[in-house]
Amino acid sequence: MTTAARPAVELRGLRKSFGRLDVLRGIDLEVGHGEVVCVIGPSGSGKSTLLRCVNLLEEPTAGQVWVDGVELTDPDVEIDAVRRGIGMVFQSFNLFPHLTVSANLTIAQRRVLRRGRAEAERIARANLDRVGLTDKADAFPAQLSGGQQQRAAIARSLSMEPKLMLFDEPTSALDPELVGDVLTVMRGLAEEGMTMLVVTHEMAFAREVADRVVFMDGGVVVEQGPPREVLGAPRHERTRSFLSRILDPTTSRGWGGPTFPPVVRRSVP
Amino acid sequence: MRLRRRQRERLSLGLQYLAFLAVVATVLVAADWGRLRAAFFRVDIVEAMFPTIITVALRNTILYTLGAFAFGLVLGTLLALMRLSRVAPYRWVATAYVELFRGLPALLVLFLVGYGIPIAFPEREIPGGVFGAIAIGLGLTASAYMAETIRAGIQAVPKGQMEAARTLGMSHVTAMRTIVVPQAFRIVIPPLTNELILLTKDSSLAYVLGVTAQTIEVTKFGRDMLNDRVNATPLLVAGLAYLVVTLPLSQVVRRLELRYAKAR
Repeated sequence: MTTAARPAVELRGLRKSFGRLDVLRGIDLEVGHGEVVCVIGPSGSGKSTLLRCVNLLEEPTAGQVWVDGVELTDPDVEIDAVRRGIGMVFQSFNLFPHLTVSANLTIAQRRVLRRGRAEAERIARANLDRVGLTDKADAFPAQLSGGQQQRAAIARSLSMEPKLMLFDEPTSALDPELVGDVLTVMRGLAEEGMTMLVVTHEMAFAREVADRVVFMDGGVVVEQGPPREVLGAPRHERTRSFLSRILDPTTSRGWGGPTFPPVVRRSVP
Repeated sequence: MRLRRRQRERLSLGLQYLAFLAVVATVLVAADWGRLRAAFFRVDIVEAMFPTIITVALRNTILYTLGAFAFGLVLGTLLALMRLSRVAPYRWVATAYVELFRGLPALLVLFLVGYGIPIAFPEREIPGGVFGAIAIGLGLTASAYMAETIRAGIQAVPKGQMEAARTLGMSHVTAMRTIVVPQAFRIVIPPLTNELILLTKDSSLAYVLGVTAQTIEVTKFGRDMLNDRVNATPLLVAGLAYLVVTLPLSQVVRRLELRYAKAR
């Protein structure tokens, strides 16, 4: 079996329902090896669910998920083995708070990949260097800022040497001034050739780093293409209205706008 | 005339102090200290209780408590995992067990174990004799409470922790063992300490199994001395003996919590 012949990620007719709520309504999507794909769209459009289906954190209701030529929707797939090759970064970091940063990076290497302590620590250190946290190895997650926690979480994923990285709104929980550090790390990864599927609201990142931007709304892919087309000259009205709301939040009113009562000034006694 | 806010606060605080002092003063004046001392603090009786109250009675109290706690913790953890199991019959059994043993007095359970098991299995003895019967008898009740505590602790660990662990390729069991349970353990330290302190006092129920001079524990020892000397001093000493165990325990746990505070 030659895995290179198949795309890194292949979604076919993917559907996901939570009870009577259809979150994904038939998604077909491919991500090539080394490609960086950013998924954008309004909240509730199914972007995160889509991402979580790629490593089967959510079980698709229908359709197929292939990663590197392995079908994850096959009921007999060795899911733990497949997940080793898929890194995932969460909006809420999800570092293990009872372990030091170093132990966060080594525990899966040792328990899952059966690496020795010395080797695991060497790889952990190399990855902390990579995200600029060399001196934080012995700290606990609670002692780090949000941006540092997220970079540690990225380093934790990288320590497993994945072929594919999934990012689920990695900067949405961060203070604005900490976003840049995380995006810089992600940009570096993209330049090294990592295959990345990124759900994000950072349009500047999508424009500069993504090879392709996918716009989702209502559980379907509305349009996709190079960033300068999707972000610069969107073909669909839904994409245009979403982008105008994102890029100029103060003037656009998705629901017709609020009605404030007139301000009556009174003299304070 | 209306009082200002600070005046009102000062007045309210003053009244509270006054009430406190009044109660203390009443007790100090009204109590007959001579009779109290004669009934509760006879030095000769205190001396007669040492060293047996420590070397035998308190030692047994601690042993019974630890035995019951260990048995309860193992069974309680098992029950907690059963309540969270995907296998429905496990959930039913665990739920029924918890409801049953939470509702029965510990005294009754101890009776049933101490006298019921020897009747049911006449050929066998309970391993450990009285110690074993107490550990099992009290542990059965304690495990019902601990199961609920541990289940709540496991459920209090954010879902993202399990997801992050599974994403790294860990199996469900490995993720539970290395990520979820260690965090749940930190969450349940305070309530489990509570359980341990309750058990320390419940170990006084051992008397229903008919303890001997070797297997006697603190409360029974105090009561025997009370009957022997027709004086209440032994009860005071017995009470202090419990505090010797429970107060340092609270301190140790407070330390433990502080140490874990930075790793959460």
